[in-house]
Amino acid sequence: MMLIRYLSQIGRYFLMLKEIFNKQTKWPVMKKLIFKEIDDLIIDSLGIVCFISFFIGGVVAIQTALNLTNPLIPKYLIGFATRQSVILEFAPTFISVIMAGKMGSYITSSIGTMRVTEQIDALEVMGVNSLNYLVFPKIVALLMYPFVIGISMFLGIFGGWLACAYGGFSTSEDFIQGAQMEFIPFHITYAFIKTLIFAMLLATIPSFHGYYMKGGALEVGKASTVSFVWTSVCIILFNYILTQLLLG
Amino acid sequence: MIEVKNIEKSFGDSKVLKGVSTVFETGKTNLIIGQSGSGKTVLLKTLLGIHTPDSGTIEFDGRIYSELNPDEKRELRTEIGMVFQGSALFDSMTVAENVAFPLKMFTNDNKTKIQERVDFVLERVNLVDAHKKLPSEISGGMQKRVAIARAIVNNPKYLFCDEPNSGLDPNTSTLIDNLIKEITEEYNITTVINTHDMNSVMEIGENIVFLKKGVKAWQGTKEEIFRTDNKDIVKFVYSSNLFKKVREAYLKG
Repeated sequence: MMLIRYLSQIGRYFLMLKEIFNKQTKWPVMKKLIFKEIDDLIIDSLGIVCFISFFIGGVVAIQTALNLTNPLIPKYLIGFATRQSVILEFAPTFISVIMAGKMGSYITSSIGTMRVTEQIDALEVMGVNSLNYLVFPKIVALLMYPFVIGISMFLGIFGGWLACAYGGFSTSEDFIQGAQMEFIPFHITYAFIKTLIFAMLLATIPSFHGYYMKGGALEVGKASTVSFVWTSVCIILFNYILTQLLLG
Repeated sequence: MIEVKNIEKSFGDSKVLKGVSTVFETGKTNLIIGQSGSGKTVLLKTLLGIHTPDSGTIEFDGRIYSELNPDEKRELRTEIGMVFQGSALFDSMTVAENVAFPLKMFTNDNKTKIQERVDFVLERVNLVDAHKKLPSEISGGMQKRVAIARAIVNNPKYLFCDEPNSGLDPNTSTLIDNLIKEITEEYNITTVINTHDMNSVMEIGENIVFLKKGVKAWQGTKEEIFRTDNKDIVKFVYSSNLFKKVREAYLKG
């Protein structure tokens, strides 16, 4: 019974995706909506992403340094390990899980509130494709999400370098040498492919939970929580699948 | 004119509408009344296409809704104005932006023309100083008037109102009723109002449909309500002593 419910929800999600791209809203209106979503979802997330990336990068570097107790292991490995952790996992995956909470709850609660207050019914009654009007601009705005992750990558490594160099865990030269060592450009491609897929999940799963919610204010809160859980689960699952496909 | 023929609608095992047939006439205020749970809102939402009926047809001036393709349905919906119970104004937009919304979405009018039309309808609903205010900054009565302005801005052929005076004081309520009636006559719209408010029934009820447990139990005008001996409608409308006395006085001449 539960399986059928999940399958039915998944089917509904894909039908929603199809509907998002049906009957487009007029471009002058859509353009404004896209800029508004870029502001709400991308620009407004930069502060928290920068803060977390910088300090977690620093912590990753310190933890690595503290665990390299063997004197035979060169210190430049701290920079190498920090770069790899930040580029491969921390920036694309960890930040996306955090964004599932930040952006996801914002998307679910804003669309859910529109559902509760009949604003979505108002759009439908007017003949507007409400899914296109509400979700499509979020998808387009989140095409800029790799830009956020790029900043996160840079600040994570920068934070690691500062923590190492000024915390006395290794010299600045060692860290930079490690950070440049055996660099594989495909790792960046892999990270950005993941990021784009996570962006799609971040835009659509919370929208799905907001759009199809039923009830009142309490249910909006519940829908936000459920949406965070499912977005995180999907990000982690897709992370595994994509890593296996692209690096395995 | 909207013609409803033998509409049935169920949710799970519960049959909410049981073969409702009626006609909502153009240029008149058509009211749907009935107790809570009688199927009024379901009927209204079925007319709006939010619910799909299990059987029966709805004709909008000869166009059978269920036989229209998705594009024709969307086209028809642009001819509909709706005033929701909670107004359903877009929170993030100002009053003027809310009213301009249907014009921006469905016309190719330039900014000046849209602005002129917005000014005109806001003046029509007696809201001249509220253009730049957000819905959260105005009263419930003003929100209802903005919702009416938004509903009529695109010159709709059909106007639907769900409990337009719920939560309003008697003065504002009468103002809203009169406004809807005036607009209906002025623009020759087919107006369908779902209401609990007996004052509205007595003020503007030109064609009243009374639903009881999903069945149309009575239909007539506000004058006919005084004379009818249909027990169901008499029990519903004259449940208050005030209305009982009004009826007695009317019947005594």
